[in-house]
Amino acid sequence: MLDEAILDQAWTLSPSVALRPEPFGALAYHFGNRKLTFLKRPELVAVVRALGEQPDVRSALVAAGVPAAQHGAYADALARLADTDMIRPRETDQGRAVA
Amino acid sequence: MTIAPARPSSPTRPVGGTLVEQFELGLDAPICLTWELTYACNLACAHCLSSSGRRDPRELSTAQAEAVIDELQRMQVFYVNIGGGEPTIRPDFWHLLEYAVGHQVGVKFSTNGVRLTPERAAFLASPACHGYVDVQISLDGATAEVNDYVRGPGSYDMALTALQNLQDAGFDDVKISVVCTRQNIGQLDEFQALADRFGATLRLTRLRPSGRGADVWDELHPLPHQQRELYDWLLAKGDDVLTGDSFFHLSAFGEALPGLNLCGAGRVVCLIDPVGDVYACPFAIHDEFLAGNLLAPGGFQRVWQDSELFTELRSPQTGGACAKCQFYDTCRGGCMAAKFFTGLPLDGPDPECVQGYGEQALSADRTVPAASQDHSRSTPTRNQPVMLTLMSRPPVSACAESPLAGFDPGPTAGCCP
Ligand code: SF4
Ligand code: SF4
Repeated sequence: MLDEAILDQAWTLSPSVALRPEPFGALAYHFGNRKLTFLKRPELVAVVRALGEQPDVRSALVAAGVPAAQHGAYADALARLADTDMIRPRETDQGRAVA
Repeated sequence: MTIAPARPSSPTRPVGGTLVEQFELGLDAPICLTWELTYACNLACAHCLSSSGRRDPRELSTAQAEAVIDELQRMQVFYVNIGGGEPTIRPDFWHLLEYAVGHQVGVKFSTNGVRLTPERAAFLASPACHGYVDVQISLDGATAEVNDYVRGPGSYDMALTALQNLQDAGFDDVKISVVCTRQNIGQLDEFQALADRFGATLRLTRLRPSGRGADVWDELHPLPHQQRELYDWLLAKGDDVLTGDSFFHLSAFGEALPGLNLCGAGRVVCLIDPVGDVYACPFAIHDEFLAGNLLAPGGFQRVWQDSELFTELRSPQTGGACAKCQFYDTCRGGCMAAKFFTGLPLDGPDPECVQGYGEQALSADRTVPAASQDHSRSTPTRNQPVMLTLMSRPPVSACAESPLAGFDPGPTAGCCP
């Protein structure tokens, strides 16, 4: 799957996005494009929060306890969050990550 | 009185599930919060959902309103729908608008256009508003004849002048907000053309028998064949039209309409009225749906999270007479407020049930509840609509497949006015 390339890249939560905790996970609001997205699982919220602190997406998934078998599905969800700039590629020491 | 029918006792929240299931159990803060700043209004629309006219002397002060905004910021309510009455006639309206956007609370406000002068339009288009402000001009007819019939003489010209001023100022993407009635359903294409002319987005919402709307509902609500016409139009041409998900009862014609198919009252939707009373829904301004007042200790958060009424609205509902209906999954028995104000049982069909059960229910024994408040002016104004002279024309299944990131309902989901 194409989206899985994201697993080895460095990403972070977009600076314009606020996460509001909700019983089912969180609601992500983008102050720039005013999009509202629902993160329906606490694990996804943990992943999104961990992105900025981990070297790459895969490490963030591991840190959030997402089993390897589900990494593809999460890569997919993250790609959709990227479509609306909820998350974005992070500048790394090696230069800008290739999205 | 218990406002909702008997249902199984308090569930624990399931993990995952559809977004609709989660929304039915409520959120930590509302998604669609409407705040009516004043009951004062320069017009006297026949169908006003809040029976507005006169200012309530207990109206929140500027300082109290700022404190509400501070609390919304703390609760991460990212935007509010401001309405009234006519909100722009509050002298501190523009100040509160700036205060809100300065505190990360975006604003969409509804207006009849009375104060949208070229200067105000320029302000709204300026960087001071950071693009956090949406403007919604109310228009209930694509022609003066049809509009002024319900909104009063001169109101069509007032709205069009406001639209022109906003366009001239370079304000982007204003919304033209139409309450669909028997008189204007035939004008849907004309409304779209009007929106195109002003670079605006069309917004269509449902007429509910709320406020003064209760008195004129029999005459104004779309006839059964017009509901079909509206449904077909929305499916064919409605992709770029906003609806606030207010037509989910039409889903029972077959294909579900996009959006949240649920009654959000007290779950994702609520209303703060000009005196700080918190109601389950902007269309349910009645003592039966009053959850508390935000000036009481604990503020708005306490009312939203702990009030008895909202807790009850978030517990599982039984479908009542609708449970057997094959369209219950998307129609969900329709609108609670529409049932309440027409005196129908809350767990039965909507008065405009497209399967025809509403008409049956309406013709049976029922008692229409008395209004619990009214801010209408006692003497008619110059602009009062007469409603005598018109002769001519007469919501989330989308996220079900998506286990992770949900869908994007836009900032107007869930029955905002
Ligand atoms: S369905 Fe009716 S009662 Fe429920 S939120 Fe919408 S307008 Fe309010
Ligand atoms: S019977 Fe109830 S669920 Fe079925 S279409 Fe009518 S209102 Fe909707």
